[in-house]
Amino acid sequence: MTQTTETPMVELKGVKKRFGDLEVLKGIDLSVDRGKIISIIGPSGSGKSTLLRSVNNLEVIDEGTILLDGVQVNRPDLKGLAYEKHINHIRQNMGMVFQHFNLFPHLSTLDNVTLAPRKLKGMKASDARALGMELLERVGLADKAQVYPSALSGGQKQRVAIARALAMRPKVMLFDEATSALDPELVEEVNLVMKGLAEEHMTMLIVTHEMTFARDVSDWAMFMDGGVVVEANTPEHLFSHPDQERTQHFLRKHLGAQA
Amino acid sequence: MDINLMIDITPLLVEAAWVTVDISARALFFGFFIASALVALRTSRIPPVRWLARAYISVVRGTPYFVQLLLIFYGGPAIGLRLDPFTCGVVVGAFNIGAYMSEAMRGAIESVDSGQNEASRSLGFGRLATLQHIIMPQAAPLMIRSIGVLAIILVKNSSLVSIISVVELTYQAQRLIGSTYKPLEVFMLSALMYIVIIYAVMGIVEFLYRRATRYTFL
Repeated sequence: MTQTTETPMVELKGVKKRFGDLEVLKGIDLSVDRGKIISIIGPSGSGKSTLLRSVNNLEVIDEGTILLDGVQVNRPDLKGLAYEKHINHIRQNMGMVFQHFNLFPHLSTLDNVTLAPRKLKGMKASDARALGMELLERVGLADKAQVYPSALSGGQKQRVAIARALAMRPKVMLFDEATSALDPELVEEVNLVMKGLAEEHMTMLIVTHEMTFARDVSDWAMFMDGGVVVEANTPEHLFSHPDQERTQHFLRKHLGAQA
Repeated sequence: MDINLMIDITPLLVEAAWVTVDISARALFFGFFIASALVALRTSRIPPVRWLARAYISVVRGTPYFVQLLLIFYGGPAIGLRLDPFTCGVVVGAFNIGAYMSEAMRGAIESVDSGQNEASRSLGFGRLATLQHIIMPQAAPLMIRSIGVLAIILVKNSSLVSIISVVELTYQAQRLIGSTYKPLEVFMLSALMYIVIIYAVMGIVEFLYRRATRYTFL
């Protein structure tokens, strides 16, 4: 395969993170190739969300290295404004989707999507509008362009949040439990949008509780517990024949609870 | 009641009321910038800067406005700070209201959900751009009404600058009583003018509040 010689899109080496005395990430290594989809599963408190948030430096790691397309994300050597400039630039290349959507309530749906390209890339209003409409179309919400977030359902909010993240043309998309706060009947519409992205070979890192979804879309699945990667494998293997007892236990409990 | 007298002195009082409006508006304007600076200083990464801002706010809030006014007007020259009465009224008013306003602003900013900051930062917006485009538009409705209350207090406090002989509404009223010996008529009329000013302030505040919250009604 020629892919192995390519620079990974996202690479983590020996990532450690502490909150006070509690070490939540105890040395994580991970490599995500271009166009691949990695799912991270695990119990709450396992460190999976912290790991995802570390990738775009919403959490500042204590040790290790994070690379985006070969460029180092965490830069302990940079201070103050130099660091700000660096991280703002890096973050423009990563889209992040949050559990609680975090749409901007004072902006219309369309403005939520176009704000970043207009202000950060200096895109012309008409171009931004066209881009915004195209993205809203893609998530099936073009008819809601002028509506404010308060008038949207949870599933619609999350689809707008995805469009907003895509508006910066990111190299990678990070999903932090994107469907966990949704009513069960609204999960599917968000999953469909994510599947659409998968088909377009968007590189994605997905922290999720949706085991079925993770199995269906991922190229690689990771089970985390207690700040370490317990097991990582193809989703077929990890979900059907996990090697580790902790993984088996988690899946049994989780799938049992789902049924 | 001497209605004719009241009609006669109305122009003089209106003129003085305008000074009250002028001094309060200027104090509010500069106070806003002082408040913004205090908010910035209070979130500084350098601890002594934060302490200084906090200490300043404590001193202002812990002393009467009247004393602050006398201190700067009569005590100022001793350290080379010579201000004419009107300027002194504006400066002390601005620094006084700025301290209170900074607390109102900080409270409003802090009550915006932290997820808003994260979402904005994750898109690549810097700290200031996030404050400008995301946080302030949401914090504004939360602070407008408390700033309005402070503006009303500012207008009423401005009557105290009569002590340093700024010819504003209250000073003028006292002068007119000296020449007419009709305190009831003069003070009633001046009180009425304060009410008019304060209702105007409340109207402006409500207008701004509705503008700032437009999005929640659409």
